[in-house]
Amino acid sequence: MGDPALSRRSFLAVSAAAGLSMTALSGCGGDSDGGSSDGTTTIEWWNISTTQPTKDVWAALAKKFEAQNPKVKVKIVQLENDAYKSKMTALTASGKLPDIFHTWGGGVLKQQVEAGLVEDLTDRTKGWGDKLVPVSKEPYLIDDKVYGIPFDIGMIGFWYNKALFKKAGISEPPATWSAFLDAVDKLKSAGVTPLALAGKEAWTGMYYWAYLAMRTAGVDALEKANQDKDFTSPGLVQAGEHLKELVELKPFQKGFLGASYSGPTGQAATVGNGKAAMELMGQWAPIVQADAGKGLGDDLGFFPFPAVEGGQGAITEVFGGGGGHALRAGAPQAAVDFLKFFASEATDVELVKKTGVLPVVPAAERAITDPNVKAVQQQLTAATGFQLYLDQAYAPALGQEVNESVAGLIAGSKSPEQVTDSITQVAKEEQ
Amino acid sequence: MTSTFLPEKRTGPDTDLPPPAADAARGRARRRAMNWLTAVSFQVPALVLFGVLVLLPIMFALYAAFFRWGGFGMPEDYIGVENFTRLFDDPVFIGDLWRCLLLVLLSLALQLPFALAMAVALNQKVRGRAVYRMLFFAPYVLSEAITGVLFAMIFAPGEGLADHVLDGIGLEGLGGEWFADPDMVMATLFLVMTWKYFGFHMMLYLAGLQSIPKELHEAALIDGAGPWQRFRNVTLPLLAPTLRISVFLSVIGAIQLFDLVWVVTAGGPDHHSETMAVTMFQFGFKRYQVGYASAISVVMFGISLVFALAYQRFVLRRDLEGATTTMRGGKQ
Repeated sequence: MGDPALSRRSFLAVSAAAGLSMTALSGCGGDSDGGSSDGTTTIEWWNISTTQPTKDVWAALAKKFEAQNPKVKVKIVQLENDAYKSKMTALTASGKLPDIFHTWGGGVLKQQVEAGLVEDLTDRTKGWGDKLVPVSKEPYLIDDKVYGIPFDIGMIGFWYNKALFKKAGISEPPATWSAFLDAVDKLKSAGVTPLALAGKEAWTGMYYWAYLAMRTAGVDALEKANQDKDFTSPGLVQAGEHLKELVELKPFQKGFLGASYSGPTGQAATVGNGKAAMELMGQWAPIVQADAGKGLGDDLGFFPFPAVEGGQGAITEVFGGGGGHALRAGAPQAAVDFLKFFASEATDVELVKKTGVLPVVPAAERAITDPNVKAVQQQLTAATGFQLYLDQAYAPALGQEVNESVAGLIAGSKSPEQVTDSITQVAKEEQ
Repeated sequence: MTSTFLPEKRTGPDTDLPPPAADAARGRARRRAMNWLTAVSFQVPALVLFGVLVLLPIMFALYAAFFRWGGFGMPEDYIGVENFTRLFDDPVFIGDLWRCLLLVLLSLALQLPFALAMAVALNQKVRGRAVYRMLFFAPYVLSEAITGVLFAMIFAPGEGLADHVLDGIGLEGLGGEWFADPDMVMATLFLVMTWKYFGFHMMLYLAGLQSIPKELHEAALIDGAGPWQRFRNVTLPLLAPTLRISVFLSVIGAIQLFDLVWVVTAGGPDHHSETMAVTMFQFGFKRYQVGYASAISVVMFGISLVFALAYQRFVLRRDLEGATTTMRGGKQ
């Protein structure tokens, strides 16, 4: 400890470890409020909000909470996304998690729950937790128990250029897959590139396959396939076949195989500059379009991924994800109070207004001003089913294999069967 | 090796003095022990650092390559050589090996001769040759990441500088999809690599050329040798040690190529520009299959090691022999 050149990282680790052992010692009695001799409880809050304006807004909220609860101190630990992920993997292995920590839910949270490291919030959040937007809670529900409280939720859908649709004579957004393929044809004959895709970043193509799988095989098929380690069901093969139909129309921009997502000539810029009519992307798409390109302003519209005729899924089932907080097993009551404070209407309105997240408290909807964000929000509120992003729902190797094999399908080197076979193979290897 | 060698050398001059025999022997032994101690104590820090930072990780990667291991905790799930059999069954990795070979051959056949031609040209008395030398060397100073971003923009299909230039000189048809075309990506990549690295090899050759005595060229000239004969029989043989080193660096560079590819294409489209190092990164840091990634790195290490040893043994032998005989000769 006497080392004067203690690096920031090891300082973080040391202080975190010190904080953890302190709270662990004081918090062994379940929800007994652990604290120092003067009765103050310190709760540690690990999050990934390292960018502005979120960083300041969150710090101010922590101060506000401290003002309302004089006997509680909130200690914020902020880590950048990737650093946070590897840090948490190490912490999970060591069996100690922070009082309040960021989570995306899904497979990773499930692992932590199974290791007995996460507090079951089902009873402790009754009365306020169940009033949140239903779909936003989905990623944190494990065996019907609540293990996390969301602060953001979003979904993937088609962002389209209304002016280009008009030029091609398409009166309204397609609601079925065949209508969608028709629209692609019409756009092409009008001399418009129908779709932008970032072929260099495999996750962008995966969205198509995942949505098609949900539409053909039903919303539970992807989760079931993961549990059974078998992705070869006919519905999932069909998803690949439908994607192949689309690829064969050559709908993507010139050189899409080498395009990045947010680069100056990437997917977002291509749509944002009006050079392609659509992209399949999450709720953040308008911001990136305006950042990498010019942005479409009022010409930008949103429609959900179309239904596939004869498929088992409905158009109201969404593919998406968000962000939330979970508590370590045996966290003090103050941590639960903080979650309640953070999911209150007042806080959520502020988050929606200042940090651009989608509301998790239904009443905070009034804070939305942008019509497109409103459109996404309406889809989400009315959602009848939910599938979390595959890279969060699945183990890393499996998620990557889905991305890469679907990229192979789009590049024309893999057949729909080869996609499901190679995913199944990795799923079996991973056990 | 050197530690036992050093004291003898140090004590050498003292033995020439004629002190009483017993005293001298005791003094010599003590001094030798002291010298030995000094030598060891100076070497321990370097040896420890080298051991902990280089040898240990290599050994550990070798160990981890026999496990299915996610990178956290200690490897426990022993699977024998399964990682290696899987590796040589993987079409992507086999492709990596072919692409590595392709890059090596292209470098030897095109990049190095080009660098040599430029070096010979700039070794003449050309107006502004310092400027040319600086310009050609400049790309080498640029970082790989910046080069990558730069050329990703230049070769952006339809919008990049390359396509505009081709359009401008009336060659619209030639503007392809560059990095986005599976069949063109390696050629484009090689173009960028040549741009980036030929200046470095050119500098090596220039240094080599300058050390060739003028008298030899003059003598050849008097003997009636033409420019080609002088290049073939005077320049080339005397430049050979430099050429051998430059080939060595070029091959090792091709085996370990990573940053440029990662920034420009990330191995795409559809693995058509992936290198061994990129595959290793994908599995180690994206999929967290660290055992498998270790197997890749072990194979990479093996290839580099075998090449380096074989090259030193068979190709650099003459250069090294020359060096050691001179050293020995100087001491006697």
